[in-house]
Amino acid sequence: MILKVEHIRKNFGDKRVLDDINFSVAAGECVGIVGLSGCGKSTLAKIIARLLPSDDGQIILNSDGAFYRNVQMIFQTPEDSFNPRRTLGQSIAEPLENYGINARVEDLLREVGLPAAYAERYPREVSGGECQRAAIARAIGVVPKLLICDEATSALDVTIQAQIVALIKKLCVEKNIACLFITHDLALLPRLADRVIVLHLGKIVEEGTPEQVIHAAKSPFTRQLMASNFFAEEVF
Amino acid sequence: MRVENISVAYGKKRIVHGVNFSVKHGEILVIAGESGSGKSTILKAIGGLLGKGGAIIDGQIFFDGQEITFLSDGQRRKISGDAIGMIFQNAGASFCPIRKIGEQIFESVRSHRDWTHEEFRERAEELMQKINLAAEVLDEYPFKLSGGMAQRAGILAATILEPKLLLADEPTSALDAVTQVSVVKELLKLRERQKISIVMVTHHMGVAWRMADKILIMRQGSPVEFGTREEIFNAPREIYTQELIRAVPRL
Repeated sequence: MILKVEHIRKNFGDKRVLDDINFSVAAGECVGIVGLSGCGKSTLAKIIARLLPSDDGQIILNSDGAFYRNVQMIFQTPEDSFNPRRTLGQSIAEPLENYGINARVEDLLREVGLPAAYAERYPREVSGGECQRAAIARAIGVVPKLLICDEATSALDVTIQAQIVALIKKLCVEKNIACLFITHDLALLPRLADRVIVLHLGKIVEEGTPEQVIHAAKSPFTRQLMASNFFAEEVF
Repeated sequence: MRVENISVAYGKKRIVHGVNFSVKHGEILVIAGESGSGKSTILKAIGGLLGKGGAIIDGQIFFDGQEITFLSDGQRRKISGDAIGMIFQNAGASFCPIRKIGEQIFESVRSHRDWTHEEFRERAEELMQKINLAAEVLDEYPFKLSGGMAQRAGILAATILEPKLLLADEPTSALDAVTQVSVVKELLKLRERQKISIVMVTHHMGVAWRMADKILIMRQGSPVEFGTREEIFNAPREIYTQELIRAVPRL
């Protein structure tokens, strides 16, 4: 196991946001976490990435070296996670220098499908999909053990979304990086995840392979989530 | 309504090139496309919302037997909010943040109708019951509403005067999956009840599939394909339309 999440609880004031969350992720495994607005999925991502303390429970990462190198994160709006005053190349190079990693920015850009000349561009000079590719380049440059994607494709157009999902999948498989892919769109997960966790009102209500969750859901909430797919005939 | 060969420019830059379509009484037309396709610009051109620097440089728009391509501010105010209702992606943000929902809707109603406050409350509450919105929302401030409630309040504001045409710009896109479905259902029921015509813009092909009678696919400012929902989804002629439909994740 590369990641163990044990008995995580979190309150915001009186409101319980996460209630006894337990699961683990194997090395190189891709786990999808799906839920609605307000279900606690982004809070859970931040706690796992140690960007937010939990009230109770623990996060165990089974690897040597710096935690913040081994766990990388990409977000819904990549243009907000780059320093607007620095070029994409400078931002991608920074963690490489910090951790003394011998990798070239141009090679990383090529791996995510961007021309080397993009190293000279500023975040505002590229499209949303290109900026997300650059964010992926920065995250994988340090060869993390775990990549957390928090709604990483939700702001993208559907054709771009399909490309980015395929890119994340390919890089994680090639480099044996475990992936936590957080989304509100269950339909994204069959082509991406080995395992799916359904989060509802701060609790895990379902866990299984995409096939199990989609075809043999036990929780009523999971069935409601599936019925909200616009292409499902029984919806209307 | 009918749009004939419309082109729109901002400054010298042409954003929309030669778009044609028509929408019949009670029909739903969905304009679908990705970022930068010009889909919202078409809706703004119809609604007179292009703003400074934006202009219709070619073509004509007809609504209810009358040309509305260029209207004076006075003429525009007369039909906006009355015969033509509008709803946007983030309805919560189109309300004034420091006034109660009911007051704001009453004010816009008063600019078209002579209703007393009691008449307004009565009609509002009747409609709210139909769109699953608690009457108490009239006395709330916008920030108190969830995304789905704000969107329903937007539907209330846009349809209380029973417009003939509803212009809707990504009305479900900021909502989560379960709430999206309920808002789409409300819009479909509204069409049944009021026999309203809807022109809706979305990048979400699932929403297009559920709502549209006809679909116009846009790309980089130009129309790609226009057809019935079945033609577009089951037998798309253009490669881009095929790509767009193939990219949609399905269970």
